[in-house]
Amino acid sequence: MSVVDREFQKDDFQFAHKEGEKLIDTNYKATSYLKDVWGNFKKNKGALIGAIIIAIIILFALIGPSMNEHTYKSMIHGHECLTPRLPGIEKIGLFDGEYHGVKQYATEELENVYYWFGSDTQGRDIFTRVWDGTRVSLIIALAAVLVDVVIGMVYGLVSGFMGGRVDIFMQRFAEILNGIPTLVVVTLLGLVLPPGITSIIFALVLTGWIGMERIARAQVLKVKEQEYVLASKTLGASNFRLIFKEVLPNIFGQVIITSMFSIPNAIFLEAYLSFLGLGVPAPLASLGSLVSDGYKSMTTYPHILIIPVLVLALLMVCFNLFADGLRDAFDPKMLNK
Amino acid sequence: MKKYLLKRILISIATLIVIILVLFLLMDLMPGTPFNDEKLTEAQLALLYEKYGLDKPLIIRFFLYLKNMVTGDLGVSYAINKNFAISDMIKGRLQVSLLVGAMAMVFGTIMGLLLGVVAALNHNSWIDNLCSGISVLGVSLPSYVVALLLAYFIAYKLKWLPILYNQKAPIVSLILPALALSVSPTANIARFTRSEMIDVMNSDYMMLAQSKGIKDHKLIVRHAMRNTLIPIITVMGPILVNLLTGSSVIEKIFGIPGIGSLMISGIQQNDYNVTIACSFIYSVMYIVTMLIVDILYGVIDPRIRVSKDGA
Repeated sequence: MSVVDREFQKDDFQFAHKEGEKLIDTNYKATSYLKDVWGNFKKNKGALIGAIIIAIIILFALIGPSMNEHTYKSMIHGHECLTPRLPGIEKIGLFDGEYHGVKQYATEELENVYYWFGSDTQGRDIFTRVWDGTRVSLIIALAAVLVDVVIGMVYGLVSGFMGGRVDIFMQRFAEILNGIPTLVVVTLLGLVLPPGITSIIFALVLTGWIGMERIARAQVLKVKEQEYVLASKTLGASNFRLIFKEVLPNIFGQVIITSMFSIPNAIFLEAYLSFLGLGVPAPLASLGSLVSDGYKSMTTYPHILIIPVLVLALLMVCFNLFADGLRDAFDPKMLNK
Repeated sequence: MKKYLLKRILISIATLIVIILVLFLLMDLMPGTPFNDEKLTEAQLALLYEKYGLDKPLIIRFFLYLKNMVTGDLGVSYAINKNFAISDMIKGRLQVSLLVGAMAMVFGTIMGLLLGVVAALNHNSWIDNLCSGISVLGVSLPSYVVALLLAYFIAYKLKWLPILYNQKAPIVSLILPALALSVSPTANIARFTRSEMIDVMNSDYMMLAQSKGIKDHKLIVRHAMRNTLIPIITVMGPILVNLLTGSSVIEKIFGIPGIGSLMISGIQQNDYNVTIACSFIYSVMYIVTMLIVDILYGVIDPRIRVSKDGA
């Protein structure tokens, strides 16, 4: 009598599907999210160029220092303050090592010597030092941002997810820390810590993670009320799982964008520290310390200053263009602006 | 509103106390004593310690220090101007620093608004692209790189403006530093103005105003500009902070006798007291700026007040 009792037989149901009648929508093929992002990103010429230039700079930072026989600290007496000289191009009168009408390379000893970017006041090869410095600057920036992301994301996720008292307490703490100007923190730490790459990274991280924390927390607040998180919760997922398995993957895009914007900022702060004389210890080079060295002889030998400044500026502009493009690609709403 | 105000002020005070605590601990942990003179006997040292309150426990010394800092007694310089009160050294310098900052802010706001509005009105044309290009450059170039370029080309090569600060003509010699400092505010304001203005221009009330036959310039000035300007205050905070960060190096490059260059001298000559005093001044300026900007947001835009209360 009751409907529930009825047992289903194998042939009770049959597929309505008929052979040769497959319906596939070819006009609106589904694309994956990442493909969409890449498609949007490709359209942005500035961002693409930025990405390419960053790749080239990174490549040079890796192989540049070993492209000639000089090292970042090898000084050659008698080779001080030479202007750039490039083989080939020197024939048309550019980069021929001329300084105020004097051919600097015209002596017997220097005739077959080429300093592609010139040499500095202590007879060191600027080409090697610039790429070595770029490498150091990039390492500092990338490491600092990576640590920022890890600390900031965990802090923001926990704070946003827990809510209530925990959130209030954690936010007040972050707010107070954020109230201390980065400039002061970085300077004071630079004074106290022994000079070196690790100290600089530490100084940059100490306040740098707060920006990341804010993004992570804001995203968590947005995501955590959504149905899929609720669904997971009803299925008995632990807080740990909810935070790291459900919420984290969905805020990743935002975090990547923010970290891309933080990289130029970290490069800038490192350069700032070096300018104050609190940067990497000599003879190690970073873009900041090269600029700061070059500044001392700016009026007499401008090439020592201008080359690192160009690399620094190019790097910063390209990272910003790249981050801009990435943001627009992740968020198509921004595209038409 | 009252609750919001109170909360902001309390947080600012807490921040200030934390900063003073950190500065105090740094001072305390620094190796050596202020009386590094070998001729002093034990008894004399004890007397000196007593005189300056250094024989008291840490907590009491901290409160003494707190009292001194708040009342403006920043200690004496050890190296730059031996035994000279730092508060006297800072007095004249603060004015110069603030003057450069104010000039940079005025330059930046005017140029930024101009760039942003022009870009937005010529949306998606080559003018827009040009303006956006300039602002990307401005956002990404560190102010001291701009300063170096300006100093080299305009001051050294073309000799249009002085390269170093001249006390007799402060305004003229501050033009270049202020320009260099204003690059980042200009770019930030331009970017923000542009996107705000485009939003406003596409809004329904603008369409209504247009359909009522209001003339173009009136439309832009009266309706679009007004609604664009309000949100710009929200970016003022970070911009002012950037200005603070940039100023010390700029002061050093152009030889401006301001707080920033004093701080750098302090660092380079190991004059901890001076460095810490300058850090303190910077922190106070920073905290006050953030407080004012935050309160302004709340006054101008009730939505922020509510959401911040909730947060």
